[in-house]
Amino acid sequence: MGNVFRYMGQGVVYALIAVVLGFFADTPAYRHFDDDKAQLTLSLAHSGKHLQECRRRTAEELAALPANMRKPLDCTRERTPVLVEVELDGQIIVSESVSPSGLFGDGPSQIYKNFVIPSGSYTLIVRMRESPRAEGFDYQREAHVVIAPRQRFVIGFQAEAGGFIFATPDVPAVSRNGQPNQG
Amino acid sequence: MRAPTRSESLGDQSRRASLNGEPVALVQRGLRWGFERVEAVLDRIFGAAWNPLYQLGALGFFYYWVVAVSGIYVYIFFDTGTTEAYESVEYLTVDQWYLGGVMRSLHRYASDGMILMMAVHMLREFALDRYRGARWFTWVTGTPILWLVFVAGITGYWMVWDELAQYIAIASTEWLDWLGIFGEAIARNFLSPNSLDDRFFTLLTFIHIVAPLLLLLVLWIHLQRVTKPRINPKRGLAVGTFLMLVALSFVKPAVSHPPADLTVVPGVLNLDWFYLPAYPLMDATSYGAVWGFAGVLTFMLFALPWLPPVRRPAAATVNLDNCNGCERCANDCPYNAIVMRPRSDGLPFENEATVDASVCVACGICAGSCPTSTPFRRASALVPGIDLPDRSLPELRDRVEAASAILSGDRRVIVFGCDHAAPLDRLAGDGIGTLSLPCIAALPPSFIDYVLSRDLADGVVITGCRDGECFNRYGVDWMTARLASERDPYLRKRVPRARLLTCWAAAADRTMLASKIELFRAGLPAVPKPAAPHLQPAVAGGDDSNG
Repeated sequence: MGNVFRYMGQGVVYALIAVVLGFFADTPAYRHFDDDKAQLTLSLAHSGKHLQECRRRTAEELAALPANMRKPLDCTRERTPVLVEVELDGQIIVSESVSPSGLFGDGPSQIYKNFVIPSGSYTLIVRMRESPRAEGFDYQREAHVVIAPRQRFVIGFQAEAGGFIFATPDVPAVSRNGQPNQG
Repeated sequence: MRAPTRSESLGDQSRRASLNGEPVALVQRGLRWGFERVEAVLDRIFGAAWNPLYQLGALGFFYYWVVAVSGIYVYIFFDTGTTEAYESVEYLTVDQWYLGGVMRSLHRYASDGMILMMAVHMLREFALDRYRGARWFTWVTGTPILWLVFVAGITGYWMVWDELAQYIAIASTEWLDWLGIFGEAIARNFLSPNSLDDRFFTLLTFIHIVAPLLLLLVLWIHLQRVTKPRINPKRGLAVGTFLMLVALSFVKPAVSHPPADLTVVPGVLNLDWFYLPAYPLMDATSYGAVWGFAGVLTFMLFALPWLPPVRRPAAATVNLDNCNGCERCANDCPYNAIVMRPRSDGLPFENEATVDASVCVACGICAGSCPTSTPFRRASALVPGIDLPDRSLPELRDRVEAASAILSGDRRVIVFGCDHAAPLDRLAGDGIGTLSLPCIAALPPSFIDYVLSRDLADGVVITGCRDGECFNRYGVDWMTARLASERDPYLRKRVPRARLLTCWAAAADRTMLASKIELFRAGLPAVPKPAAPHLQPAVAGGDDSNG
């Protein structure tokens, strides 16, 4: 094979490799999410109450303890599971009792879930029970929300901020102690 | 002496037996069939020296350096902030397209090229059965390279912090969270723009730099059992492939998606399918399924050298009585299996050869290089300084004589071939005797002299793997150099070269080899014979082949 043809052949081979590299570097396009859908993300990490109520130590008991260990409350390590419910337009999509993490069950209960839902307006109610009580909830939030196409609507929780957080700018405030809140 | 047969290819027989009915072997044969045909085309276009399929590992290395250099340039301008990251990459891509944009594109396409080269490299080593036996170490140490390359590549896409990065970030962290080994779900870092910290990009940059450095370390380990590894492609091939990358960078520059927005789910994404095919798989199945798939695949890759286990031939053994520590075997061994150590038997030589049996593949190249491997020796037993117990040189001499005994006519030819190249069984016939060796360089050149000077045949054919692609890495190179009197042991000058045909041929080249042999045989009657060849002196032992 003459040199000219060889170099031409090499050019063709390089072009083929370039086509493979260039094509599969971003093609074919992948549809990850439909335009008429939205995503509801429930994410929280929260420690339930102690499984047994804490006992206040007496002054004698405190005095008997080393100075660096004089905590006024005597608590068991294990925490109660956290019950979380999410209700969308009257339909419960999550009702899960989440065990505390950690070898001794003393860590936060964690839940992280995604739901794909049609975009649109919904009545959203989220509830949480963090104590050993048998019925009712310690936190609840209800809101009428409009979820846009491809919106990522996050339901979070921060006890110090008062309870559930909806990570969307148009739903203000949080509520606690079972008091419903129209968003 | 063995019963005379025309075809004395022990290697062919054992190969057929090992392939018989094994699914792995069937897949290998199919792949090898395809590779050999593509390689033949590329041989014609590039020549053996530049054939890309013969230098896949070296090309992977070359792409690595292109990625490293272009990455250093991009890093100079990269800003590790949640908004600044995207802006800095956009500056390179748009404002500085002529250099920064090209560097970014080179970074991407060379990274993709690495994946392509690695994938084909692995597939080819598997097809050619170069991954088990003593070669398990190189295969196994290659597996972590895959993970490191993917970690480096995925974190690279992550750093751009566009919609694609957002998709990868959330999916990757959710995938990792599935393991349940993190105190708190790391995907929670990506709940909202406010939850993302600039320092996260610093960590990401750290991983993106450390992974390739670790990769370099593993590559070094990967090559520990390979002598004279080809880590650089031939210059012409390097120039060609680099120009290809530059041209591609100008024709189709790498660009970003719109900036990441954690309040919106990315819709349509232009995935890099070299690095990111696992993500659609996560969407289509589950994180657990992808962990399972990745785990099984990794395990299979690690375990492949033993699935099924290969029966390893006995390693070469050294006979110290005939070893003077000349180092030729150590210099020729392609697997670092021979080490010279201080003499242990009191003979007046500085060193002796020792064989590491765990590394030896029994290719026999050492026996072919030993100056004592001369078939002329009759006064004493033919015991070379180093030899293969299963396929010894005395046995080879017997086989040569047996093959010669049934040849007739004036065009008698003995073909010395290689177990891993064109099969010789169908070549054998009237006037042609064949002998297959574990590697063509296992043949001491003195055997050619022996055949012709003893009139055991009118011509000798040397065949083996295609030039540039020896199964045992350097067998063809060493044999070529020995025949050309460029590497010890030389083929003696008295050997009439007109009676010697060298033809490198893979299994796919069987027809070509057969026709060349026929052409060679047709010309033999016209080649004048040396006077009374059978009377040429036989030398007892020593350095007979170094004429």
